[in-house]
Amino acid sequence: MKYACLIYGDESGAEDMDPTSAEFQAVMAAYMAFGDKYASQIVAGEPLEASSTATTVQVRDGKVLTTDGPFAETKEQLGGFYIVEAADLDEALKIAADIPGAAHGTVEVRPVPNFG
Amino acid sequence: MAGGPCGDEVAAVVRREWSRVLATLVGDLGDLADAEDALADAVEEAVRRWPIRGLPERPGAWLTTVARRRAIDRLRRSSAGRDKAELAGRMQARLAEVEDPMDAVDPDASLLRDEQLRLLFACCHPALTVEAQVALTLRCVAGLSTVEISRAFVQPEATVAQRLVRAKRKIAAAAIPFRIPPDSVLLERCDQVRTIIYLVFNEGYEASAGGELVRTDLCAEAIRLAELVAELLADDAESHGLVALLRLIHSRREARVDAVGDLVLLGDQDRSRWDGALITAGQAALERALRLDAPGPYQIQAAIQALHAEAPSSEATDWRQIELLYRRLRRHLDTPVVELNHAVAVALAGDRDAGLAMLDSPRLAERLGGYTFFHSARARLLHEVDPAGAGAAYRAAIAVTSSEPELRFLRRQLARAERGEEPGGPPVG
Repeated sequence: MKYACLIYGDESGAEDMDPTSAEFQAVMAAYMAFGDKYASQIVAGEPLEASSTATTVQVRDGKVLTTDGPFAETKEQLGGFYIVEAADLDEALKIAADIPGAAHGTVEVRPVPNFG
Repeated sequence: MAGGPCGDEVAAVVRREWSRVLATLVGDLGDLADAEDALADAVEEAVRRWPIRGLPERPGAWLTTVARRRAIDRLRRSSAGRDKAELAGRMQARLAEVEDPMDAVDPDASLLRDEQLRLLFACCHPALTVEAQVALTLRCVAGLSTVEISRAFVQPEATVAQRLVRAKRKIAAAAIPFRIPPDSVLLERCDQVRTIIYLVFNEGYEASAGGELVRTDLCAEAIRLAELVAELLADDAESHGLVALLRLIHSRREARVDAVGDLVLLGDQDRSRWDGALITAGQAALERALRLDAPGPYQIQAAIQALHAEAPSSEATDWRQIELLYRRLRRHLDTPVVELNHAVAVALAGDRDAGLAMLDSPRLAERLGGYTFFHSARARLLHEVDPAGAGAAYRAAIAVTSSEPELRFLRRQLARAERGEEPGGPPVG
């Protein structure tokens, strides 16, 4: 089974974080460690730029509507994701709980359907 | 063969075997919806055949065998690829020995116990809402129909049906496992399972809607499930505490309802009608729990029930000890209902004014305004000292109850208060 782990978090302050700061380095190190620990189960994973860089596209009556900003303006924004391979939901939840972002933000775990 | 079972008898047997057979089929198929479909097919066949051929000696084994055959047919008909064909082949191999389902044998008891626990853990998975967990447990593990569940929760059948469909879809789509959880999370998950079992028991005991006061079958099923969990976690004090609690409460089921089906409060109950064997079994479970030396809310509640069970009358009950136990319970579980029971215990331990003052807290009124016992307990404590206040509280209780026997009881009490008569019996709910 594949699961998507969608990592949501409060972005405020994240944008102007200094990449040389100890704080930033610690976050990176935590994600590196997570990536090493679950290397055999992580199918894909990427961080995302801040939601202020997002553009929303909708096609209505053949017309493309383009809007600045994310789909939903909420306190916690999608900040990155992993696709992981797990035997069942329990295993996926265990991996998700180990994602560093889960400690302060929220990780949504969604099964990826198998249409094969 | 003459004298086959009638439709009602077939339904009763199916009902009794449902959860065990379903658990076995889920174990075979790894899918709840597939297992239910196969069992529904088998039940359909039983309804046709048993009245003619007679009731099988082992109806559960008969249903399992027929359901497996139907499941194999369904798997082969479906175009869902190699996995299903392989599963059908494996099941066929297992079925090969059984020619006639009348000759099918029951599975080993410990195997069956594990299958049921696996199903129970899936139904009580924290990834589902609590409402869905309760509904699924009632449907799949306790074998209630959708109609019965909707009646128990005073909800439209369509709502319950949709909740079940959604929960089953999530179990399948998200691969919620049918498995006894690993040790690292077992205690935590058992805690959740106990909560759901307790809710099921309460639903049976309070039977919030309809004419019946106690759904004995639901209570008995909840006790059976609690025993399964306690067997699995032999060293877990709270699991034995839950078994003790449910047995002790259930021991009073006969005395809690009078000849016309009306509610009889604890203080008014004919204690000779309490189930002595079940009390003994409850005490034994409590002792076993206490020996494990890990106190918790179920054990404290069981200890309170044990004090009631040991008392020859309400007056001779050790209310001081009960009051102390409620105080301890509130350190673990400070819910409004526990606070309410604590207030009643304070009053009955000798300080009626202090108890009533606790009941007058705005927090309680706000949280328990829709709860019958909050108003009826207040009314009962006020009855002797303030008949007018008691009358208002009885009316508030009447306004919120949906149980017929409770309604009749409350109307009688109200009439007594209005006539300035004694309430009859000691003040305990």
